Amino acid sequence: MTASLIEVKDLQKVYGAEEDSAVYALNGMNASVDRGEFAAIMGPSGSGKSTLMNILGCLDTPSAGQYILDGRDVSRLSKDDLADVRNQKIGFIFQSFNLLPRLSALDNVMLPLLYDTRAAQTQETQRQRALAALESVGLGHRTGHHPNQLSGGQQQRVAIARALINQPPLILADEPTGNLDTKSSVEIMDLLHDLHKQGATIVMVTHESDIARHADRVLCVRDGRLISDGRGGNNPCLAREVSA
Amino acid sequence: MNYSRILRIAWDGLMLNKVRSFLTTLGVIIGVASVIVMMAVSAGAEAAIEEQINSLGANLLIVSPVRGIPGASRTLLYEDAEAVGETVTGIVGFSAEQTPAPQTIKANGITLESIAVVGTSADFPQVRDYPLAEGTYFSAEDNDRKLKVAVIGSGLAVDLFGEESALGQTITVGSTRLTVIGVMASKGVVADVDYDGRVYVPINVVFQKFMTTSLMNKDSVRTIYIKVESQEKLDSVTLQVRSLLAARHDVDPAKPDFTIQTQQDVIATQEATTAAFRDLLAWVAGISLLVGGIGIMNIMLVSVTERTREIGLRIAIGAHPSYVRAQFLLESMILSLAGGAMGVVIGVAASILFGAFGGMRTQIVPLSIPLAFVAAAGIGIFFGYYPAGQAARLDPIVALRHE
Repeated sequence: MTASLIEVKDLQKVYGAEEDSAVYALNGMNASVDRGEFAAIMGPSGSGKSTLMNILGCLDTPSAGQYILDGRDVSRLSKDDLADVRNQKIGFIFQSFNLLPRLSALDNVMLPLLYDTRAAQTQETQRQRALAALESVGLGHRTGHHPNQLSGGQQQRVAIARALINQPPLILADEPTGNLDTKSSVEIMDLLHDLHKQGATIVMVTHESDIARHADRVLCVRDGRLISDGRGGNNPCLAREVSA
Repeated sequence: MNYSRILRIAWDGLMLNKVRSFLTTLGVIIGVASVIVMMAVSAGAEAAIEEQINSLGANLLIVSPVRGIPGASRTLLYEDAEAVGETVTGIVGFSAEQTPAPQTIKANGITLESIAVVGTSADFPQVRDYPLAEGTYFSAEDNDRKLKVAVIGSGLAVDLFGEESALGQTITVGSTRLTVIGVMASKGVVADVDYDGRVYVPINVVFQKFMTTSLMNKDSVRTIYIKVESQEKLDSVTLQVRSLLAARHDVDPAKPDFTIQTQQDVIATQEATTAAFRDLLAWVAGISLLVGGIGIMNIMLVSVTERTREIGLRIAIGAHPSYVRAQFLLESMILSLAGGAMGVVIGVAASILFGAFGGMRTQIVPLSIPLAFVAAAGIGIFFGYYPAGQAARLDPIVALRHE
């Protein structure tokens, strides 16, 4: 097993079929993320960071290049195979939580198990796992609540529990604090830190340098390429924010 | 993937909008109910027609006068019937019948008003496949001699004489005293005729005693029934009767002043009346099911749009497109099957009420119930397929951004 959980090579994403009107959202991206790393992806809008995020999340496929996730080339998989990869290898945390309003916190957390094509677990095992996941995000006392009965921070914690339920090797967070107040943001980042300490690999897209500083590395994306990979003042993505 | 859990998701989706879900099923409810009623009406009509055939007897020709033809001063006469009996070959017998106005009957100290009296000739029991329970029917000779005798229906016999034998008793019909020589077997009410409550009298007695106020020829008959030896001889007998009667009436056989119908003709007339109603219901059923199906498709499309984010999330966390399709297909099938179930209940109830109060005979066809369910399920699949496909094709990236 290689040390890299994520490896992208010469990744390209082109929109528009014709030569002269083609737009290169990603233009020869090379990057890798090791197991156990906490990486942030930053970049101005139009930089290609959303496209990169979608491809890393197996929601989209590259036009050219390779994406190797957990030792497997996933750049040319079928829709069903991609769905299984998303279900088993990736835990999603969204900016707007994306909890189903009709379901209780517990049922929301159990949702990915419903679509797990591996050997089925009993309903009771699934429940126990979901309860444990809710405990681990500090919501063991809110399992029966519906999303509208929970605060924004609590909703995002339910979403994190949902991301953890299938024990995926990769946690993908897209602006996880974008819809939260400062206090809740701190709580969520503390939670991600805890997960990181326990060995989780986290890739987070953000435009806030305060949030990005929580990560081990900051991948700075411009014009569909990686222009800097590190942290501190020499990273243009962080520097720009600081000087602004 | 556990389909019982997809079913559960589909059910929850529908319960989110209970009223809307119910309204969506209305078209299917009406359509399925119409199918059930339509089939019940058809079956009822068929049963009535079958009874009619049985009540007439097999291999029968029915000759009746055409009324209202200019210059047709002569109508069907008793002599015509006798001529048929004498000259036409291939017949078992004939029965000329005439029905005077209902009469008051007195016997055994009992008076009954408005009793139907039927004048017939001697072959009546044989021609109409209507045997006697006891006694004998009057003979052709009795008829010629205008013997004052009567054969009564089994119900009338009980009403007048109870346990006592009716044979040899005297009854007064209108002002004429008749001796009862036979009682017909029980036949019941068939096609609105109460056979058991009638008095059967020699037709010549009817001419003499009960048709005295008639402006028509006193020996005119309403109908001549001719029993033919076999099905194959129906055509030949029809031809013989037509030319014979045309000659006797001195009319063109192509434009006779009488009609000769077979049972098939009578059945066709009967069926034409019920067919119109049945066709109307078939249209209602068809259009309702179509509109119901379109309604389901419409609501499913709305539902897919409303729940775009939900679908996007499900796909993002690993739902195969086929699971999403199954979820929405199940929703539309639940809608149409629920509509089908309610339609069956309403259709059965309507059929029963129709039969009881609607003046139309109905008979629920058991097969129509599974048929209705198959139709409903088919509608759910057919009209649910497109919306379910729309849901399954959603791009999760776009769907998750949907407001």
